Formats: sequence, structure tokens, C-alpha cells
Amino acid sequence: MTVKARETCELAIVGGGPAGLAAATLAAELGVEAVLFDEQPTPGGQVYRNVEATCRRQDDLPAFLGADYRGGLALVERFRASAAAYEPMSAIWQVTAGGKLGVSQRGEAYLTQARRVILATGAMERPFPIPGWTLPGVMGAGAVQTLMKASGLVPDRPTVIAGSGPLIYLVAYQLMQAGAPLQAIVDTSAQPLIRSAFAALPHLSGAAGELFKGLTWIAALKAKRIPMLAGRNLVAEGTSRVEAVSFEADGRRQRLATSLLLLHEGVIPNIQITTSLRCRHEWDPAQMAWRPATDEWGATSLDPIAIAGDGAAIRGAKAAVPLGRLAALDAACRLGHIAEGERDERAAPERAALARQHNFRSFLDRLYRPIESVRPLDDATIACRCEEVTAGDLRELIDDGFTDLNQLKSFSRCGMGQCQGRMCSNTVGRVLAERLGTGMAEVGHYRLRLPVKPLPIEQLALLKNADRNSKPILPVVAGDPSQRI
Amino acid sequence: MFRRLQADAPSATIFFGDQAIPCQAGDSVAAALLAAGIERFRSTPVSGADRMPYCMIGNCFDCLVEIDGQADRQACLVPVVDGMRVRPQEGTGRFDTP
Ligand SMILES: Cc1cc2nc3c(=O)[nH]c(=O)nc-3n(C[C@H](O)[C@@H](O)[C@H](O)COP(=O)(O)OP(=O)(O)OC[C@H]3O[C@@H](n4cnc5c(N)ncnc54)[C@H](O)[C@@H]3O)c2cc1C
Ligand code: FES
Repeated sequence: MTVKARETCELAIVGGGPAGLAAATLAAELGVEAVLFDEQPTPGGQVYRNVEATCRRQDDLPAFLGADYRGGLALVERFRASAAAYEPMSAIWQVTAGGKLGVSQRGEAYLTQARRVILATGAMERPFPIPGWTLPGVMGAGAVQTLMKASGLVPDRPTVIAGSGPLIYLVAYQLMQAGAPLQAIVDTSAQPLIRSAFAALPHLSGAAGELFKGLTWIAALKAKRIPMLAGRNLVAEGTSRVEAVSFEADGRRQRLATSLLLLHEGVIPNIQITTSLRCRHEWDPAQMAWRPATDEWGATSLDPIAIAGDGAAIRGAKAAVPLGRLAALDAACRLGHIAEGERDERAAPERAALARQHNFRSFLDRLYRPIESVRPLDDATIACRCEEVTAGDLRELIDDGFTDLNQLKSFSRCGMGQCQGRMCSNTVGRVLAERLGTGMAEVGHYRLRLPVKPLPIEQLALLKNADRNSKPILPVVAGDPSQRI
Repeated sequence: MFRRLQADAPSATIFFGDQAIPCQAGDSVAAALLAAGIERFRSTPVSGADRMPYCMIGNCFDCLVEIDGQADRQACLVPVVDGMRVRPQEGTGRFDTP
């Protein structure tokens, strides 16, 4: 199969979730030649994953997933009807500060030069290190929701959901509707939702409906007598696979035998491309996550690069649409398609839509502090899943004087494995900050090396349109296993 | 561990070792294997521990398998293609010369 390389594009958008879809649709309407690249085979992103095919299904899956999910179809249809070009199954493995993108598509790689780039790469579930979290049978709650959206799969063995954040109740509700054997929800957040909800209600301006939705999921779970327990200090128990989850509740340790343990403590921005680009990042103490610094249009510290959606800060799917549209307006203006006056005028309703989401998001941030995934780790807990480095190993190295994050990475191998630090960067930072008695902002974060997506070396060697006279795009380090890609 | 809500006729078949795995349209390799009850996707290079997909969206790399002779493929991101030959990835994986 031969892939047609796009040599140039006026505006490249990376990511086909609500932010990327909205950005591409509006940019195309404004006359920009917009190309949307997404590694998934169909548009929708994480929240509306596979929404077109799901909505065509004859069974009850669309009903189980709910009206918010089905609502994503309209966004996808508007995008399909627009003049924006769509490149599915296209993983972006590099973005340079000059706007050159590395695309890997159906086994072939090529480079494309964009005049402007909007990164709409979304979020990932916050890594949630507890003892035993690498055992088969332990998964992210969002991961199982993805299986449900993409393939109509639901658990058929006893399942426990543990953690905090609105998504655990949504996923629990969806799984319960689909008839999955939900054993219990172990909520690790500090305050029960119901009490906080009433206190917050007067301040939610326009978003009370969202809160109400959350309360109806909980009421439905209660009606089905799904036990909802408050628990801390989770442990996944088992030898070759998970057999039980234990936790502290009411001052004693309780144990639930289970086959499937779903962990979740919120989502954090996916900063792989932005850290590889060395955009400026800041630590967000309310969301306990790193995020790239952006202005009111989503523009970063690097001129051609903007970010829209949850990749810039977690604001949710409803905010991702206006954020995508703001980034598109700014791109259209910078690319000479509209004047600043028109950009600002068109931005006003988008900003109003964002403001409606704002108070609700701050409420969620306060309610769902990720307590479990930021508490001091037990020495035996695996921090780095790839290299199987424990918190204890890290503490020993820190005590030996390795007090710089990148030094610690080289000596512990944390972050040098296949995932390139996606799953451990924050954990290593946290162990370091805790040992040094300082904060996350002071210890910093990893910088992902290129390529940010695994790329078979043959694809690179056969790069379709490499400029043979220019410098190699990838720093080749002899003997570095990450270069096996 | 997972069941399909709707049991359509398989649209493709892939192989996990010698085991034929029925797949449906839209399945990633990981979804098809999980639907067939497979839990062990790989063993780690350090301790040899078994791993199963954790994130399903391309971040954890615990779903790494060998597909058609190529190691280090993320099963959660690769759509199934009829006739694909998949093997669990042991340690750092094997690379067949084409
Ligand atoms: C697993 C998961 C499930 C979620 N489920 C829900 C839910 O049900 N309801 C809800 O309200 N919120 C959910 N969220 C929260 C989510 O962050 C939403 O707020 C929303 O999806 C954000 O939209 P977005 O457009 O910013 O990014 P996303 O919807 O995440 O879209 C990002 C897209 O970028 C693509 N991408 C990323 N990196 C690359 C790359 N290098 N090359 C090519 N493509 C790339 C991804 O494949 C994806 O399609 C979920 C999050 C996760 C991680
Ligand atoms: S399951 Fe995490 S990368 Fe595939």
C-alpha cells in the first residue's frame, strides 16, 4: 500500500477529539486549508471514541453509553461535511518548533511542513501507582470504557472500580447499564459528592445540569445496591494476576476478592509533544499536573504551535469545542484569512461558552483532589512500569545524591523504557520532591525524546520525502535502546 | 474477562500463536485478544512478569506484542487485519528478518 505524502499544509491539527474536530471544521469554514491527523481509525477522540459506528449499532450500546456520548455524532458529522482534510491512522511522531510534522501512516513515514499547528492531543488517565498495579487484571477505568465504546466489550467477571473523579461514576453507571457484574465502587476522594454538591450548587452558574447528571448516576447505582465504600491506601493483591483489592476504611483494612480492578484518579494533559518541543510548561497545583503554558487563544511559547482542548489543561469535553474554535480563529487570523476585528468578534460567544464551564470545572478540581495517587508511595510500589523500578529504589538513589530529575532518570532507568516516561514522570518527580522537601514545580518533568511515538526503524530509513541534504531529524544515540523505537 | 454485547459474525480472523481469534469490525488487536480471553500479552524485559493492556490509548506500552514478525507493536492502537499473526512479546521481543 502506498501512502500519499502531503508535502505541506497550511494548518495541521493533531488529534480528532472534540477540540481538534471543532478547530478543523471552523478553520476550513474560514478558508484555511486544514488537515486533521489522528492515530485512530475514526474521528471522536477519547470521549466520542468510535461514535459513528456505535450510533449505527442495533443493540443497546448507544443507550448504555448515554446522550452525552451520542451527542458527539453531530460534531463528527459537521467535520465530515466540512472542507477539512482528514488523515486517520496517522500517528504524529515528531513536531518541530518550525512546524514540521513527522507522520506515520499505514507502515510508512513522511514529513509535512505546516505553516501553523494546533495540537489537540487530549488527556491520559493519571498514572495511579499502588502496590500490584502492574498485575494483569488491573486496568484504567477509562481503558475499559474505551473497550466498551470501540468494540462493545464489557467485563463479565466481578469488577471493582476504585479511585475518584467524575469518570468513575460515569463508567460505573455505563457498565451497570450494560449488565457488567459491578461488585463495588471504592471512592478515595476526601468528601462525598452529595454533601459537596449542595454546598457548591449556588456557585455553578449554568452548569448545575452537569452536577445533576452526576447525582443521577449515583442514585441509579444506589438503587441497584452497588456498594459504594470510602477507602484509602489501596493495594492490588495477587501473584500472577489480580485476585483482590484491599483498602483502609473505618480504621481497618478490608479486602474484596475480584477479577478486574479498575483504577482512576482523573485525567492529566498529554504533554508528550509539547515537552519534546520544549514549550514552556507550568505545574498546575489545582489539577496536580504539568501543563503547557498557553495564552487566551491556546498559543504556546513557540510561534507556530497552539494547543486546544484537554492537552492544555483539563477543562472537559464541553469546553474542548470552544477551545478548538478559539485556536482556529487565531490560526485563521495569523494566516491572513480574517482580520483581528473579526477574530475577536467571533471569539466572544466561544468565551461565553467557556465561562459557563469554568465554575463547574473548579468545583470538580476541588472535590476530586487525587489523594491516593499523590500520597507517599510504599517502598515496594513500582514507580516505573517499564523498567520495574520501585519507589524504594528511587529513594536510595536520591539519598546517594542523585537529586536532579534527569540524573535520577539516567541512573534508575525510570523513564528510559518503552513508554519513555509517560507513566512515571510525575511519580518520579513526586518521590524526589517529597525526599527533598520541595515541590513539583521545583523538581521539573521529563522531556520526551523524539520520536514521541514508536516508529519502526525501516520507516525512518525509507522516509518518503526526507531532504537528503538537511541534518538528520532524529538525534541518533549509539546503543540507546529507545532508538530501537 | 470481557464479553461482547452483540455477537455478530466475525469480520476477520487473526492468530495468536496457533489460536484463531475471531474479530469484529473496529476491533484493535488488543480488544480482539481480550474478547477471546487472552490476558498475557507480554512479559517484561526486567523480571519476566506477565502484562496485560492497562491504558488502551497508547500510553502504557503494556500491550506490546509481535505482529507479523515485528516486535514492539502497541496492540491497543493497531486495527485488526484478516490473517494477522500475533505473538506475545517476550522481554524485549524478537525481530524476524523479512
Ligand atoms: C480513556 C479516556 C476516556 C475518557 N472518557 C470520557 C468520557 O466518557 N466523558 C468525558 O466527559 N470525558 C472523558 N474523558 C476526558 C477527555 O479528556 C475529554 O475531556 C475529551 O476527550 C477531551 O477532548 P480533546 O479533544 O481535548 O482530546 P481527545 O478526545 O482525547 O482527543 C485526542 C485525540 O488525539 C489523538 N492523538 C494523541 N496523540 C496523537 C499523536 N501523537 N498522533 C496522532 N494522534 C494523536 C488521539 O488518538 C485522540 O483521538 C476521557 C479521557 C480518557 C483519557
Ligand atoms: S494498552 Fe497502554 S499502550 Fe496499549
